[in-house]
Amino acid sequence: MTVDTLMNFVPITPELFLLVMACTTLLLAAFVRPNSQACYFLSQLSLILTAVLVVHTFFVSDQGMTVTAFHDMFVFDYLAMLLKVTAIVVVFFSLLYSRSYNADRPMSQHEYHVLALLSTLGMMLLISAHGLLTMYLGLELFSLPLYAMVAMRRDSFRSVEAGMKYFVISAVGSGLLLYGFSFLFGVTGSLTLTDIAHHIAGAYASHDALLLIALVFSVAGIAFKLGVVPFQMWVPDVYDGAPTSATLFVAAAPKLAAFALMFRLLTHAMSALQAEWQVLLIVIAVLSMLLGNFSALVQTSIKRLFAYSSIAHMGYMLLGLIAGTSLGYTAALFYVISYAIMTAAGFGVILLMNRQGVDINELDDLKGLSTRSPWLAFIMLLVMFSMAGVPPLLGFIAKVQLLEALVQVHLIWLVVVTLLMSVVGVFYYLRIVQRMYFEEPVTEEKIHYRLDTGVGISLNGLLMLFLGIFPDALYVLATHAISG
Amino acid sequence: MITLPHYLILSAIIFGISLFGIVLNRKNVIVLLMCVELMLLAVNINFVAFAQFLGHQSGEIFVFFILAVAAAESAIGLAILVLFYRQKGSINVDDMSSLKG
Repeated sequence: MTVDTLMNFVPITPELFLLVMACTTLLLAAFVRPNSQACYFLSQLSLILTAVLVVHTFFVSDQGMTVTAFHDMFVFDYLAMLLKVTAIVVVFFSLLYSRSYNADRPMSQHEYHVLALLSTLGMMLLISAHGLLTMYLGLELFSLPLYAMVAMRRDSFRSVEAGMKYFVISAVGSGLLLYGFSFLFGVTGSLTLTDIAHHIAGAYASHDALLLIALVFSVAGIAFKLGVVPFQMWVPDVYDGAPTSATLFVAAAPKLAAFALMFRLLTHAMSALQAEWQVLLIVIAVLSMLLGNFSALVQTSIKRLFAYSSIAHMGYMLLGLIAGTSLGYTAALFYVISYAIMTAAGFGVILLMNRQGVDINELDDLKGLSTRSPWLAFIMLLVMFSMAGVPPLLGFIAKVQLLEALVQVHLIWLVVVTLLMSVVGVFYYLRIVQRMYFEEPVTEEKIHYRLDTGVGISLNGLLMLFLGIFPDALYVLATHAISG
Repeated sequence: MITLPHYLILSAIIFGISLFGIVLNRKNVIVLLMCVELMLLAVNINFVAFAQFLGHQSGEIFVFFILAVAAAESAIGLAILVLFYRQKGSINVDDMSSLKG
């Protein structure tokens, strides 16, 4: 190997490290007792070290510059650094909250952690993907472990059914995306985003029909992965049927990776087709906001409510891309990061309420949470207000930025629709708050949770408050990531 | 003479068959898995045809990766299917109805 070939491996050091650690965890799992916590600690340690390595590789080895490797198939830029660190932190919190839940249930805990690490590896690869091949491999590497995690409770048919549905629908999504990729390759003759962008910009005058097919199928594939209308049917079923720990995992971090996929594909590779994908995204976003918010109104299951609200939130996030300006992209990035933080805290509270033999799934289970555990109720209150967009929380700042970006490009009608839908959203979020604070609890039993989990959820909840009051830090990071 | 459009039409037909198979099939979960595989094969035909006619090998290399991933994917699909059969004693698609979507 020449020195040039070896240099390719510098930007992917964090990924290689995580891969080795995932394999080590798998090996360790073969030697420890089934109820041992060794795999948990090892995977958390690997996540922390990987996050440190990501930052170190970016700022020290690459000196904060955008680096491409493997024939322009892999890119390590500021956006990748920010999204990777966020994804790792969210996964860290997910595993922290899931620990007691998994231990109390007949699930293979060791395998759960190995799958989680492998899925994180796939997300990191997808975030850095700069070519069609790496995008596909990253996407599959992060999806395949998720199917297994959703079907992890082998004693529960709901879990298995959710796993099967997720598998089939997600595989169709990958198929559509790949079909789009094949036409993209056919039109441009290249697999890297840079070449594709050059080709499309040059050849676009001919209004190539194949190019439009490629665009439509790619957008459909991404919509499957993000879980937005018209490909949202898997979201409620998977959220509902999966064990809550897996639901948290599926709900939070993968959205960050899917955002990176969409952002790079649409704004880097197909920027010349902006007028076309803008129309597609407007339709998707408006339908998602409508369907997500109105369906969430009538849910009685808290997990299904979160599922429909995630459809609505992904619709909001698309608004930033619709705006098509760097301000809009920044707002979308900011939104997806805040959504991941809010979701982690929301499902975290639900996970902490679970006990052995008791699965929290109904809205009524939240009744009187304020008397059973005032602190958890307060954090859930923060999550709900943040998702509804109440100042001074993170969700409010994120939404204001999206609307500002839309106003700048004169899409006023879209702003009006978004505001109306947010009002509908406030209604069902407040219904949860009302149940927690103004209704009598079904049981008086206090909620006990581990100290480390309690510290984690407090940090997560207060982060929403802190970033809501001082959004500058995150905003500067997001601006820097988008402008390069 | 077989030209590029012939291949594209063939792959479009196969892709359509697999999509309809997934949407219309109400009987057997294995048929769903077969349709998913068929869909990836349609994509492969596309890639190979384009690679041949453009003279770029990268499309053919992509096909190898798709084949490998498809194998891993069907392994996971079949594993979930085994769990499904253990729970229900059948592999009917209609049994997937405990979650209302």
